[in-house]
Amino acid sequence: MKFLEYVTQNYMYILEKTGEHIYLAGIAVLLACAVGIPVGFMITNNKKVANVVMGVANIIQTIPSLALFAFAMSIFGIGADNAIFALFLYALLPIIKNTLIGIRNVNPSIREAARGMGMSRSQIMFKVEIPLAISVIMGGVRIATVTGIGIATIATLIGAGGLGQLIYQGIGMMDYEMIFAGAICSALLALLADFLLGLVEKNLTSRGIVKQDIIK
Amino acid sequence: MIKLENLVKSYDGKKNVVDNLDLEIKSGELVVLVGESGCGKTTTMKMINRLIEPTSGDILIDAENIKTYDKNELRRNIGYVIQNVGLFPHLTIDKNIATVPMLCKKDRDEINNKVKDLLDLIELPYDEYAHRYPRELSGGQQQRVGVARALANDPDIILMDEPFSALDPITREQLQNELLRLQEDLHKTIVFVTHDIDEAIKLGDRIAVMAEGKIIQYDTPEEILKNPINEFVENFVGKDRLWKTPDMLKAEDIMSKKMVKIGQSRSIAHAIELMKEHNTNVLVVVDKFSEKKNKIVGIVGTNRFKGVGDHSIKMKDIMKSDFVKIPHDMCLVDVLNIRKERKVRFSPVIDEDERLIGIITNTSILNVLAEIVPESEDY
Repeated sequence: MKFLEYVTQNYMYILEKTGEHIYLAGIAVLLACAVGIPVGFMITNNKKVANVVMGVANIIQTIPSLALFAFAMSIFGIGADNAIFALFLYALLPIIKNTLIGIRNVNPSIREAARGMGMSRSQIMFKVEIPLAISVIMGGVRIATVTGIGIATIATLIGAGGLGQLIYQGIGMMDYEMIFAGAICSALLALLADFLLGLVEKNLTSRGIVKQDIIK
Repeated sequence: MIKLENLVKSYDGKKNVVDNLDLEIKSGELVVLVGESGCGKTTTMKMINRLIEPTSGDILIDAENIKTYDKNELRRNIGYVIQNVGLFPHLTIDKNIATVPMLCKKDRDEINNKVKDLLDLIELPYDEYAHRYPRELSGGQQQRVGVARALANDPDIILMDEPFSALDPITREQLQNELLRLQEDLHKTIVFVTHDIDEAIKLGDRIAVMAEGKIIQYDTPEEILKNPINEFVENFVGKDRLWKTPDMLKAEDIMSKKMVKIGQSRSIAHAIELMKEHNTNVLVVVDKFSEKKNKIVGIVGTNRFKGVGDHSIKMKDIMKSDFVKIPHDMCLVDVLNIRKERKVRFSPVIDEDERLIGIITNTSILNVLAEIVPESEDY
């Protein structure tokens, strides 16, 4: 009951931190989409480049998040921008990877039919490849978002705020209510974001596509 | 008309997949490119809508070199049907069919009407199927839609790349028949690629048998079956092929040209001599015994002489004159049926001018069949 008390007394503060959290993860994922989806597209036709790009993204993914934040801080100093940059790097891999897989798994005969009917390269991309790959691409965005919200809790260590601030302050002050508030809110945030993106995915995916068709 | 001139395609600069190929496809004809896999038939076809660019040589459509067209523009005006159907799974059937007209930004109402007409044509009721997705259709229905999609922009030319080979045999036959039915009304110029010689013979107005990037023989199915140009074609078509498609064996193919004629005023005695001399049991009675005018008036078999004592009776009095004349282009099946129904042993074959050109006997039929049926197989 002390927990509810804490929440009712500090809801403004919690909301503020939640807002910061959404800002950090949201901007990072949006940027990663803006970069990752086009990159994923561009590398579909070139296996060598694809391997290099995927290799780099994989290496970034293996760096422990705390180390990446610290590394980023040593270059950019402290602040939200810096945290967003690190989160952006983490979000890249799932998005590029899923875009690549989604496009590669488009049945070649469908692409050939499109070409044979006189569709230009960009028409094939927008009218055929993206609609067919959208659920796989969205799957990548969902993974990136959920992990981004999770990792963003560490961003407080480089002064970027967010729900992590509640957790770390709570630890310092031995204030369990505060820790719970930060932890539960970030968990709920991740679930909610995944749910909402799931709805978006469902809306963007044609009824004619069965998911098993495109994911091997 | 599509004209391929000195067409060469090589991927590695050493081996020509398509090797100096010439081909002329007349408007309104269904031409089948047939051959084993790797013979260059698909490559040849894909050069027509520039999915593959030739290494050298030209392709002319109605005397216009296709290099002068914009690639996508060209393809939008050539229907294209592929083996794996390639319908867009995320679009409903009506949208799939409307793809090319939409690319060409045609009027929306016009497109809708066209879609309705085409669904009618392939016998998939609009109300029931237009708003379904491809996965909700059977394989045969999907390929019907594939054909409709190729027709949507009213192209004069349609390319079909093994369109029916992934279907089960029953559905395949249905779709083949439907294609023939459509073609009767539409008279499109169709280039059809298949490895299945049965399909080629069934569908083709003309067949181009290909091997190693070259056309070995380009002719009507009948000619390819009857007069294969070389051993390769003969083996490819299969020596027993004619027997499988007896419609293509005509009376003139199974008749014996060796027949013994006798003038109608000759006597039985003379007839018996002739039969002995030529080792036959049937004579053809002609109005006048001359080589040029062979108007047949009757036939005489040995059975006619039985019990006839007077050997001076003339042919015209004893011959069978109500015999069945077989037109030279009647097919084997009909000939056999007539022979069975009328219980005749000897069937004279006549040409357009009612002139006798041969005679069908049990022996002549057996001789032809013996040639057709491969010797190596035991029946």
